[in-house]
Amino acid sequence: MSPARTGRRVIRRVALSGAGLALAVVVLAPYVVMVCTALKPEGELRMTPPRLTPIQWRPGNVLEVLGDPSFQGWLYASLVVALTSTTIVVLAATPAAYYTARHRFPGRSAFLLVVLVTQMFSPTALVVGLYRQFFDLGLVDTYAALILTNAAFNLAFAIWILRAFFASIPREIEEAAAVDGCGRLRTLVQVVLPLSLPAIVTAVIFAFIAAWNEYIVALTLMADPARKPLTVGITSYVTAYVQHWNHLFAASIIAIVPVVVLFAMIERHLVGGLTAGSVK
Amino acid sequence: MGRWRALLWLGPSLALIAAVVLYPAVALVRASLSRYSITGVHQGSVGAANYARLLEQEALPTVVANTVLWVAAIVLVTVVVSLGLAQLLNEDFPGRRLVRWALIVPWAASVIMTSKLFVWIYDYYFGILNHALLALRLVTAPVDWLGNDATVMAAMIAVGIFVSLPFTTYVVLAGLSAIPGEVYEAARVDGASAWRTYWSVTVPLLRPALLVAVVLNVIYVFNSFPIVWTLNDRNPGFAHDTMITYMYKIAFKSSLRDVGLAAALGVVNVLVILVAVLLYLRTVSWREAEA
Repeated sequence: MSPARTGRRVIRRVALSGAGLALAVVVLAPYVVMVCTALKPEGELRMTPPRLTPIQWRPGNVLEVLGDPSFQGWLYASLVVALTSTTIVVLAATPAAYYTARHRFPGRSAFLLVVLVTQMFSPTALVVGLYRQFFDLGLVDTYAALILTNAAFNLAFAIWILRAFFASIPREIEEAAAVDGCGRLRTLVQVVLPLSLPAIVTAVIFAFIAAWNEYIVALTLMADPARKPLTVGITSYVTAYVQHWNHLFAASIIAIVPVVVLFAMIERHLVGGLTAGSVK
Repeated sequence: MGRWRALLWLGPSLALIAAVVLYPAVALVRASLSRYSITGVHQGSVGAANYARLLEQEALPTVVANTVLWVAAIVLVTVVVSLGLAQLLNEDFPGRRLVRWALIVPWAASVIMTSKLFVWIYDYYFGILNHALLALRLVTAPVDWLGNDATVMAAMIAVGIFVSLPFTTYVVLAGLSAIPGEVYEAARVDGASAWRTYWSVTVPLLRPALLVAVVLNVIYVFNSFPIVWTLNDRNPGFAHDTMITYMYKIAFKSSLRDVGLAAALGVVNVLVILVAVLLYLRTVSWREAEA
């Protein structure tokens, strides 16, 4: 390769890296404000002119939030709702995904269509109906209502991801298991599922994050301050009467960091599950 | 026999969808045809009266116009910007992984927390945005971004774009990586310029991915609740609400607390989404063969 072309390539790579860096800075800038504000002492929140960085860094804010019994209650609610609804999603989606990947039967197409439509409907548009339903069932202010709602609306993504993966596993492996005397369910559990771990991990992480971040149903159904999940609970750090922005953002960081790490793990598989029907 | 076995395997999913998606949809329609006391007690059927009252609401034309602006502006800008971002992330350069991870943050973070963050950034007195704009001499006096009728919608739309960019960029990126390299090779042999290649080769081949991105974004952005709910928090009335936040205020917040009226608007919202879903199915040409 000629020196001129090598030089052009280097310049191109440097320019691309520069553009990438600029993009990262723009995308992360708001969250830098979040981190800096979370680490400011109370007195530095209302300074004019405002400063980006704290004069006195106060990581103690994070410990204060972690030690706040209210925060612990919200964290517990978020964990209970996200973990339980994710478990239900996997238990319900796995057999459905496996059966539709391996068998043609009357109603299969209709079933997949219904699943796709539920994916498009976030609980938001149905929230008045959901409220009426849980009100009539006496389930307002219960974890059960949040668990069921999250499980139902996060089911579709798991079915798509798992179904695509199951379909890619060669049938011969299962036929061999059948020859060895495995029933259909045992084949699924002992042969197919261990092979499908990447897809299951993707489905689990996605369902967990979606439930963890859910806001509108929790806002509507949960009146008891002790049972609110994080998304709703932490907003009480800043109201018309108190403005603990540092605590609000310290709590936000505790809620955001784990899910960003989890999300990065499944980054490659996300688009396939979210644009179901269009990606083969 | 086969039918029953299928029911066994699909049963848990079907039960969940029936109980928590279909049933609330029925409850929503039923509520839209009923009257409720202010405490939420069912007081009998009223036929289509709630729908008639919905049309008489003074705020409705503004709310519908806001919704159209909200969806159109966010989806348009998001898709155009995502085309550029995806093009960049499709190239190989040092640090690309880190940039992709950075782009994940607004996607993974709870939208309500990002919305609260922007309330703080936009703050009239203590927000960093006014401070930065003043320092750069882009404004001569601080702007009350969220309190001023002229700026609040644009401020909210900017946040909407910010949180929609990652997903859209990733969809376009998936579309770009599906274009075979030989196509570009052929364009190069034909002596096409980079710009010409982009418009004549890349964009037409990206069409399916772009359509998917547009329709899914229309659905997501129409359904979006936390941004308007949070950033428009302190403004009284419905002057900056979308059909979703207006519905929510009618049902749960304003002095109205009118379940029947809110349900009627809820049914309209569901129909809007259904139309978009049908568009999506057409876009991806949903067929049994592909199912």
